[in-house]
Amino acid sequence: MKMKQVLDFEKPIVNLKEKISELKKITEDSDIDLTEEITTLEEKLKVLEDDIYGNLKPWQRVQMARHGERPTTLDYVERLFTEFIEFHGDRLFGDDAAIVTGIAFYKDEPVTIIGHQRGKDTKENIRRNFGMPHPEGYRKALRHMKQAEKFKRPIICFIDTKGAYPGKAAEERGQSEAIARNLLEMAGLKVPIVCIVIGEGGSGGALALGVGDHIHMLENSTYSVISPEGAAALLWKDASLAQQAAETMGITSYDLKKMDVIDEIIPEPRGGAHRNVDEQAKFIDSVLSKSLRTLAQYSEEELLEKRWEKYKKIGEYVTI
Amino acid sequence: MLKDIFGKRKRYATIPSEQGKNDVPEGLMQKCQGCNKIFYRKELKKTLNVCSNCGYHHPLSAWERIDSLFDADTFEEWDAGITSTNPLNFPDYMEKLEKDKEKTGLNEGVVTGKGLIDGMETAFAVMDSSFRMGSMGSAVGEKIARAIERAKDESLPFIIFSASGGARMQEGVLSLMQMAKTSIAIKRFSDAGGFMISVMTHPTTGGVSASFASIGDYNFAEPGALIGFAGRRIIEQTIREKLPTDFQTAEFQLKHGQLDKVIHRHEMRETLATMLKLHQKGGK
Repeated sequence: MKMKQVLDFEKPIVNLKEKISELKKITEDSDIDLTEEITTLEEKLKVLEDDIYGNLKPWQRVQMARHGERPTTLDYVERLFTEFIEFHGDRLFGDDAAIVTGIAFYKDEPVTIIGHQRGKDTKENIRRNFGMPHPEGYRKALRHMKQAEKFKRPIICFIDTKGAYPGKAAEERGQSEAIARNLLEMAGLKVPIVCIVIGEGGSGGALALGVGDHIHMLENSTYSVISPEGAAALLWKDASLAQQAAETMGITSYDLKKMDVIDEIIPEPRGGAHRNVDEQAKFIDSVLSKSLRTLAQYSEEELLEKRWEKYKKIGEYVTI
Repeated sequence: MLKDIFGKRKRYATIPSEQGKNDVPEGLMQKCQGCNKIFYRKELKKTLNVCSNCGYHHPLSAWERIDSLFDADTFEEWDAGITSTNPLNFPDYMEKLEKDKEKTGLNEGVVTGKGLIDGMETAFAVMDSSFRMGSMGSAVGEKIARAIERAKDESLPFIIFSASGGARMQEGVLSLMQMAKTSIAIKRFSDAGGFMISVMTHPTTGGVSASFASIGDYNFAEPGALIGFAGRRIIEQTIREKLPTDFQTAEFQLKHGQLDKVIHRHEMRETLATMLKLHQKGGK
């Protein structure tokens, strides 16, 4: 099996695991019986794993959300849907590989799938611009959302981006307008929209696929107005305070649930989504199918009214 | 010996510091940010803070803007009491808000309401960049969304003047979600036949340019206004190249097809009045 990239805070677990397998090897290869020691250590491992993975700090979740092996949109597409066909291009400028769009069956029902797409390796990441879209990506997404509305298919959005690409060409082609247009149009789409944050939900570039009827987040994903590094640089003029910013800004799934911004937290396999993609897909499946069943009951008018009500109540202010 | 002393003196002649040169008496005079010419503040006010020498548009406060556009004594303010709280218990946030409230006399970075422009009634929102850089938190988003809803209910046009650095960081994702809230409000307003003009003034960036400011039926801007999604420094760091000086100005956006028109401040009232006249329903 391929070695998983280990995060700093996971090291005690990995060390203990190594020790256990060493002892097991000794027991197998020699006459010394270490079964008792192994049992003790395995119990210790369980406690340690519960302790570390059960109490992840915001910054540790940021690291999970950015993990190099974290599953991407297409990993879930392959596991959750059948007969997926990907479509390309915005018909205006080009095709942005940082967003994938297509249609497929979800439990015998046609659906439209839209998601940010990161690469698996450097080469693919360059092609997909590390999952940071240009305006044409958002416009491609919108084109397919409109198709979904025409053919009465629910829309499923996977959110996984550091943000919209901050580049010269992106500005020239109207990055602001492309994002704003999606917010506006998604508000009025007469089909159910389910959005699932699977990795990083970076600011406006994430939100541009994120106006929906149900918003879910994987347990270790993040959703934020600005990256922790960006916040630290702007607020305290020091990007190295990112960890502190992550704690202060409330960017984890638990924070967003508490603030009533998202509907459900989708659990992750122990140690993160990348440890068991199949299991992760099953967790998503159960929340997604429930969402679509619920939303299917509403008339078009109810759907839009509820969508408005949902966003209308987000925010905290007082009247003096 | 004596010569040495004189020599030394010569070398240490005092040159007025750059800062000293630029200092003008606070309150009475103001230096143009475009051409450095010094004006009596009173003179500048008369020209709506536009430099008579180079045409630079200095910021207007929310109420100065209202005065410059609306018929005298016709503006009725809405939701003046809505103000921010500190949902994330962000350090120093409340103190900063208090300071800006004192400085501006506003409770938040946006003023909303309705009034008459050349006798025609319109709903209106104007952001004030001197209140937390015009940033959008929950209170700003709520006030704008309410103004749009009310414009829909009262069948009024909606005009919004943006001046904002983007979403307010101290309220985290709640600020981000105001982009969605205001955009959905506009969609509902638009579907009901509502007519919206967005005017982007210096600066309109980030989450504000990427939401309501860019989705008017018509998008205008003031000359020289900085308009864009990402900040210049971030872009330069990302693409590792120097950006042209006119990058992200109103004129740049016009050239790239992102704006309907750039309008001089002195022609703003007249242009808006004409726009309102052209969109009056049933020619009333």
